[in-house]
Amino acid sequence: MADFVQHLHPVLQALIRAVLLVIPSLLLLPIIIWWERRLLSWMQDRIGPNRVGNITFSRTSRLVPGLLKGKKFRLFGLAQPLADFGKLLFKEDITPSAIDRFIYFTAPAIALFPAFAMCGTIPWGPYTFLTPVADVNIGVLYIMAVSSLGVYGIVLAGYSANNKFSLMGGLRSSAQLISYELAMGMSLACIVMATGSLKPSEIVAVEHGPLWGMDIAPFNWIENWNILTPYGLVACMIFLICMVAETNRAPFDLPEAENELVAGYHTEYSSMKFAVFFMGEYAAMFGYGLILSTLFVGGWHMVPVRFAFLAHEYPAFGDIWNMLDTLNGSSILAPVWMVVKGLLMITAYIWIRCTLPRLRYDQLMALGWKSLLPLATANLIVVAIWIVATKVGNQWIGWAAVVVSAAILYGVYQAINKLNKKDRVDLTSRSIVLVDEPPKTREIELVERAPTA
Amino acid sequence: MNQTVGGVAITPELLIFGGVAGAAALCAIGVVAFNNAIRSALCLVVNFFLLAFLYFTLNAEMLGITQVVVYTGAIMVLFLFVIMLLNLGAPNLLVEKKDPKKYLGILLGCGMFVLLGSQLLPELLKINAPTLSPELARFGGPEAIGRSLFTAYVYPFEAVSVLLLIGIVGSILLAKRRI
Repeated sequence: MADFVQHLHPVLQALIRAVLLVIPSLLLLPIIIWWERRLLSWMQDRIGPNRVGNITFSRTSRLVPGLLKGKKFRLFGLAQPLADFGKLLFKEDITPSAIDRFIYFTAPAIALFPAFAMCGTIPWGPYTFLTPVADVNIGVLYIMAVSSLGVYGIVLAGYSANNKFSLMGGLRSSAQLISYELAMGMSLACIVMATGSLKPSEIVAVEHGPLWGMDIAPFNWIENWNILTPYGLVACMIFLICMVAETNRAPFDLPEAENELVAGYHTEYSSMKFAVFFMGEYAAMFGYGLILSTLFVGGWHMVPVRFAFLAHEYPAFGDIWNMLDTLNGSSILAPVWMVVKGLLMITAYIWIRCTLPRLRYDQLMALGWKSLLPLATANLIVVAIWIVATKVGNQWIGWAAVVVSAAILYGVYQAINKLNKKDRVDLTSRSIVLVDEPPKTREIELVERAPTA
Repeated sequence: MNQTVGGVAITPELLIFGGVAGAAALCAIGVVAFNNAIRSALCLVVNFFLLAFLYFTLNAEMLGITQVVVYTGAIMVLFLFVIMLLNLGAPNLLVEKKDPKKYLGILLGCGMFVLLGSQLLPELLKINAPTLSPELARFGGPEAIGRSLFTAYVYPFEAVSVLLLIGIVGSILLAKRRI
């Protein structure tokens, strides 16, 4: 297999790699949409779409063969996305008259492009000849660049429809995406500094090594998944929040807030053009899920255990360790675990959606600029101190430096907060206090006047 | 196999360069030719994007991706944001009347182009593609750029970052009435 692919023309090889990334994620989209609808309805105590595709054969008809009489064929509503697609395809395609035609028709395509191009540098298995599409030296920067292009589809859709609600949705979205891009870049910079590489394939290779700062006897069977290190956990949480904001999902779905903006930037889009926006959103969600699992949660390995190391260390159980290593993802199962991790991220998205209420706009901006960006910057400083302390001293000095520097940064943050709040009205939470004041008794003075004669 | 036209071999690289560079030049014309401010800004976006592709073909991936991150992803989004916020409506108000200065401008522009071209083209035609050496393969990569930024150019780099910080503080000072 490897030989056959490596002897093809480079252009054909690149084509194979791109097709192997795009086609499976396209095929997964209906399943993701079905999963979102079913899971959301279970969480909201509804049943959800569970009927499409079910066939109940007649008990009495002569047209049904005897074997199938009265049998039920269940599909759990998995055909629902197909039915939705058919409905969207045959719906009347309404184009408003006062639009900017060229931009109106290209905006859905522009929205779809970055969603599929984003994972171009993400490896989904230990096959260097099949993945990633381009193993360039700037992989993480490429992800940042392409994800920042996602705003164009939304902004242009909002502008071209010539509708004030669409325009407001587009404006909100551009401000939101720029704000959260910064914190996202900062959180990725921590990972890049810690692993010392911009290539996702090398980051995954580092993640499959021994745990950072714990490379001693009882702990060295744990893999260095970035989420298991303190800085990685913080960076992962920041990245998770930012990626929900970047895909315009609840609770950050202000660009399409129904109660304020009709349907936001896609108010004037109907039929297939709306479906393209819909597909772009779900593809971006899955893409971000793959990126998060590659950069933080150990790539294509299922559990953070170095079975190859264990096989070397305890050769008595060598065969068992080797079998577990094969199951853990160093073989054909690697893409399966990647897809499972991506779908788990989608589940997290849905869970967040039905748990948290939508943020107010000033809360959204305050979260991005006042909380996530300082936190990500502090995290970057802590990682830098850790790297230097580990290199100068040993890992225990590194751990001590991390704890001390994190405590100092937290103290500085609290002090700044206290100074800021000293003489300022707090606008982050507003409330009205209703006081039942007793009615004022009005005293009427009776003045006796002399009767006029 | 390769045909030559006027002493220049027609290679796939040249064809790709011709396509991308031609499209970039068309977009650059579109920036000044469109009446609609949004369309001009979009042409600039596409132009920056194609320039990034030109950098990619020159093996300068870092430069190309920085171009996309900084210009296409951040600065042009802000441009679009401002244009939409101001909502420059009727484009026919922006059309200039006929002006003799326009023709004079075109004439002077062509003269400038000929002058620059006559000086630059003979030099450019002499350049051959460099042979790929290990040093050249690393040139322009993130490691090389990082190393030179933090060794040889560390003072200018820090000075620029302080300058940007001053810019941020100054803009906050101007925008907020009450600090």
